[in-house]
Amino acid sequence: MDMFVALADPTRRTILEILASSGELAATAIYEHFPVSPQAVSQHLKVLREARLVEMEKRAQKHVYRLNPQTLSQFEAWVRQTKQMWEERFAALDQVLESEKKLVKGDEDK
Amino acid sequence: MTQNKQTTILAEPGKQEILIAREFDAPRELVFKACTDPKLIPEWWGPRYLSTEVDKMDVRPGGQWRFINRDAEGNAYAFHGVYHEVLAPERVIDTFEFEGLPETGHVTLETMKLEPLPGGRTRLTVQSVFQSVADRDGMLQSGMEEGLNDSYDRLAELLKKM
Repeated sequence: MDMFVALADPTRRTILEILASSGELAATAIYEHFPVSPQAVSQHLKVLREARLVEMEKRAQKHVYRLNPQTLSQFEAWVRQTKQMWEERFAALDQVLESEKKLVKGDEDK
Repeated sequence: MTQNKQTTILAEPGKQEILIAREFDAPRELVFKACTDPKLIPEWWGPRYLSTEVDKMDVRPGGQWRFINRDAEGNAYAFHGVYHEVLAPERVIDTFEFEGLPETGHVTLETMKLEPLPGGRTRLTVQSVFQSVADRDGMLQSGMEEGLNDSYDRLAELLKKM
């Protein structure tokens, strides 16, 4: 599943926030944060795992979850790239505006 | 005079829009002109390493626009859309589609607003609304560098922005 679709759900974003502040957590500890059934939360964890936003490790009887930082940094990189494209475009627009201002001023001086 | 020329971009995960804002050291009428004059578009619209040719630019409600970016090897990347509203000097609403996608129909609705600021400055904002979250983020698939920063602190910062 696409990471952005996975990120679209508020419960799944909350799970990511909880994992970001806790480092790692057993599935049962994650369930406690939500009023919905463990099965429902488990489904969300499955989606996050398939989108590779989180990693799961089996330890004894526990399923321990943590963030997968590489996938999240893709989102960060995407935002940065988009920003850079607009910054370049606007820097060029600054130059256009400077020369237009001179033209307007030249007309006024005539 | 201190100038704030920082570009802010807001692309919240799970939403299908992008918000872009930037201030310019020029009056609103001039910024509006630079955005709607076919002679000026080639000077700023495209990325630096591509040339921009204005194929069509009929700036009025219902009018069409089509711009073509070309690289040194002659590869062309075209974009087109229709002006929905043109309200000088404060607002332009238009559709936007990149012709290079495998299938057509991935259209965004762009609203550009210009607000006058003290000192003859102008604040430009663009709201770009995509048809879906996947559409907005489609650029990610088109050859994104692997960003590598493992710090949990930075992740936490990122999550706060969501």
